[in-house]
Amino acid sequence: MTAAAAELSRLTVLELAAQLASKDVSAVEATRACLERVAAVDGKVKAFLRVDEKGALAAAEASDQRRKEGAPASALDGVPIALKDIFCTEGLETTCGSKILQGFVPPFDATVVRLLRRAGMPILGKLNQDEFAMGSSTENSAFFPTRNPWDLSRTPGGSSGGSAAAVAAREVPAALGTDTGGSIRQPAAFTGTVGLKPTYGRVSRSGVIAFASSLDQVGPITRTVADAAALLQVIAVPDPEDATSARLPAADYLSKLEGGVHGMRLGLPREYFVRGMDPEVESAVRAAAAELEKQGARIEEISLPHTKYALAAYYLIAPAEASSNLARYDGIRFGLRAKEAKGLRELYSETREQGFGQEVKRRIMLGTYALSAGYYDAYYLKAQQVRTLIRRDFTDAFQKVDAVLCATAPTPAFPLGAKVDDPLAMYLNDVLTLPVNLAGLPGISVPCGFSGGGLPMGLQVIGKPFDEATLLRVARAHERTQELYKRAPPV
Amino acid sequence: MALTVEQVRHVAALARLRLTPEEEQRYATQLSAILEAMAELQRLDTSGVEPTSHAALEEPRLRADAVKPSLDPERGLKNAPERSGTSFAVPKVIE
Repeated sequence: MTAAAAELSRLTVLELAAQLASKDVSAVEATRACLERVAAVDGKVKAFLRVDEKGALAAAEASDQRRKEGAPASALDGVPIALKDIFCTEGLETTCGSKILQGFVPPFDATVVRLLRRAGMPILGKLNQDEFAMGSSTENSAFFPTRNPWDLSRTPGGSSGGSAAAVAAREVPAALGTDTGGSIRQPAAFTGTVGLKPTYGRVSRSGVIAFASSLDQVGPITRTVADAAALLQVIAVPDPEDATSARLPAADYLSKLEGGVHGMRLGLPREYFVRGMDPEVESAVRAAAAELEKQGARIEEISLPHTKYALAAYYLIAPAEASSNLARYDGIRFGLRAKEAKGLRELYSETREQGFGQEVKRRIMLGTYALSAGYYDAYYLKAQQVRTLIRRDFTDAFQKVDAVLCATAPTPAFPLGAKVDDPLAMYLNDVLTLPVNLAGLPGISVPCGFSGGGLPMGLQVIGKPFDEATLLRVARAHERTQELYKRAPPV
Repeated sequence: MALTVEQVRHVAALARLRLTPEEEQRYATQLSAILEAMAELQRLDTSGVEPTSHAALEEPRLRADAVKPSLDPERGLKNAPERSGTSFAVPKVIE
């Protein structure tokens, strides 16, 4: 790749936006730099399922035309972005990482995709993920696993592993992912990127392929906290197409970003320093807390007593909702249809047998069981009651503190293949992130160091509902002390 | 709580999933292990606790019951595995 393109791919979203604004660089040059970088490294990283070179360049040309006329569409006009393959993109194949949707070309854009286009951002392509977002390693993709740019023998995390890997490898300055139990934050932690899961309802889910509707939320993966704030500003728009979209208007996420943590109360939940946690991760999180204390924050130990029940509640609620959401993949209106099926019932079951992978089937089975006659009260209803207790824990904690600090994942990235045959071990990866989804809260992962083996680790900040501004401010106060985003992976 | 192969078959039928005999065996073992781990919940007293069914912090609202343009049939049928005129074609439902 050319030196100029390599230089461009090192820029963050806001750095690139500034260069576009000063006309030092054109949107076409920026987009071509991304395409060159993808061509140079994606054979190794395997973040992209498909690259839309033509569509991205056409959008970039239109952006340059607007600049020339002095009428940019937004502050991010011309900054390329890529999307997890869970977002419906009109005219561009969308598979959600599944064989059952292979060849599916959506007839419409998801609301967030429309918002990105309206802001003038060229869409570079679609990124790999665990099938239907079910997984924590991107190994459940029906197509191929994605690799961690910091160590190609390891997972980038999941389910938004393609999004995190592409941003970490400098293939694109930003990507969108979704987070149902940690699927933005855990891959961000594993790849040394910033991953933001907004409050449930902050970002529209319309046109986003559903996994567990009461938990799913859309958010950005970027290299810096400021970039995450800038992206959230674009996508946090109330949407009448989504009944759960919050009417509350978005805050100004960038203006108070540098405000610091002086006088803030930050809580360290003792239940989040779990058994089996990597000691390097624990010490990195404690060091980050100590650093924030030096900046004037008050660090308090807090308790979230029902934390140990969250994993079980989550792995009943999410599969139950998934089993219902995935009933639509029946071979009738779109996607795969089993050939030579006799009769309708056989058509359904054969299509689903051929189209779904192991983890998806496992969760459909688990969810169907939890909802079935005789077990509903013992499993599904019980899990929903526990969900109430977990929410209450956070509500009580936020009486005392402004935000909560903890690790994003209990360990750094694990080797590919290490947990594929042990679903429970894989589920344990999400133990620190999924309570946030159960409670509907915003959470962010920001890099907080590297392990002795050179793998990134993530600090998680959890905030009050719709208080993304405080969350981002705390994450930024931490980021400032290390500036880890300046380190590039060896790939 | 252990799941039998018969139970696995029953749940698979409810979910319209055809499983191979190997999958039936594997899911019986794996789902039993997962449900065993979930038994943790049963030890928690939740009597009198209201269930939470969603995380929305605002009351979900209903849209106005008004007619507006919907997806054009041609575009809606574009992804159909099989079509017949302006309809999705399916195997015979009634003999």
